[in-house]
Amino acid sequence: MIKHIAWTSLLLLSASAAAADTPASFMARYAQQAGVAVTALSPARGEALYRSEHPGRSGGAQSCASCHTANPKQAGQTRVGKRIEPLAPVANPQRFTDAAKVEKWFRRNCMDVLQRECSAQEKGDFIAWLNQVK
Amino acid sequence: MNYVLRGIGVLATVGSISLLAFSLPSGGEARGDGGGDDLMPRLTHTAWQQECASCHLAYSPALLPRASWRRVMGGLDQHFGENASLDPATQADILRFLEANAADSGRSRMGDKVMQRMEKTAPLRITETTWFVRKHDQVPRATWSRKSVGSAANCAACHRQAEKGVFDEDTVRIPK
Repeated sequence: MIKHIAWTSLLLLSASAAAADTPASFMARYAQQAGVAVTALSPARGEALYRSEHPGRSGGAQSCASCHTANPKQAGQTRVGKRIEPLAPVANPQRFTDAAKVEKWFRRNCMDVLQRECSAQEKGDFIAWLNQVK
Repeated sequence: MNYVLRGIGVLATVGSISLLAFSLPSGGEARGDGGGDDLMPRLTHTAWQQECASCHLAYSPALLPRASWRRVMGGLDQHFGENASLDPATQADILRFLEANAADSGRSRMGDKVMQRMEKTAPLRITETTWFVRKHDQVPRATWSRKSVGSAANCAACHRQAEKGVFDEDTVRIPK
């Protein structure tokens, strides 16, 4: 009986561990989609993407940092003043743990800031940078 | 290695689909908040609260008519200058809830008040309704653009209990 329970909980545990996403699992997935090794993802390129400024709809320059602030360990603010929890996993362990959420926000925010979707390589670089922010 | 990754992928997909299946059919029932106050009934709807309130206060559906909500939800990829697009299932789920509790749904006194004064057919902004304009006619134009307020979309800047659905005048404090 005890053996049975132990096996069941082990099975459940491994299933939930596999289903839960982590920054590392996103990096692996995006690298695979981009056809490169995980080690080819570049934190430096990720940071450059985060800070790069693009012409905004209202004329001024905009970047990821416009709403998320220059420091990804800090909370940001939406245009109507609502708090945005920090992007860096070190400051907010909830980040990059939910595939639907991650894809939704990459889609929306890349369209807003870059006027196009981000490539798998860019997404991988982006998370590679944030994941090593201490 | 490839098979291991693929296995993880399949498990993750199955996991997220089953999660989705559990979270999608969320409650859309309008209920009073128990205090007998039916002016603006407290509403609960998972997707409405999660999605709309990730960027701004989850504005009450009673503040705009059904036709307005259809316009808002039909143009989420250009939502007041931002891309707020959703997957089709979530979008439809939220629209159903908004329509069921809209100003012209007859489900709240708040909605009735908004409709009594409605001059436009399907305004996109709550701030365009005659009800809103009259309610705020004592607030000078310059106050709205203060840095601490930002815009009229930021209810909670002055209505300190807006998150709880409380908009009474005695809870208002206009920031400097």
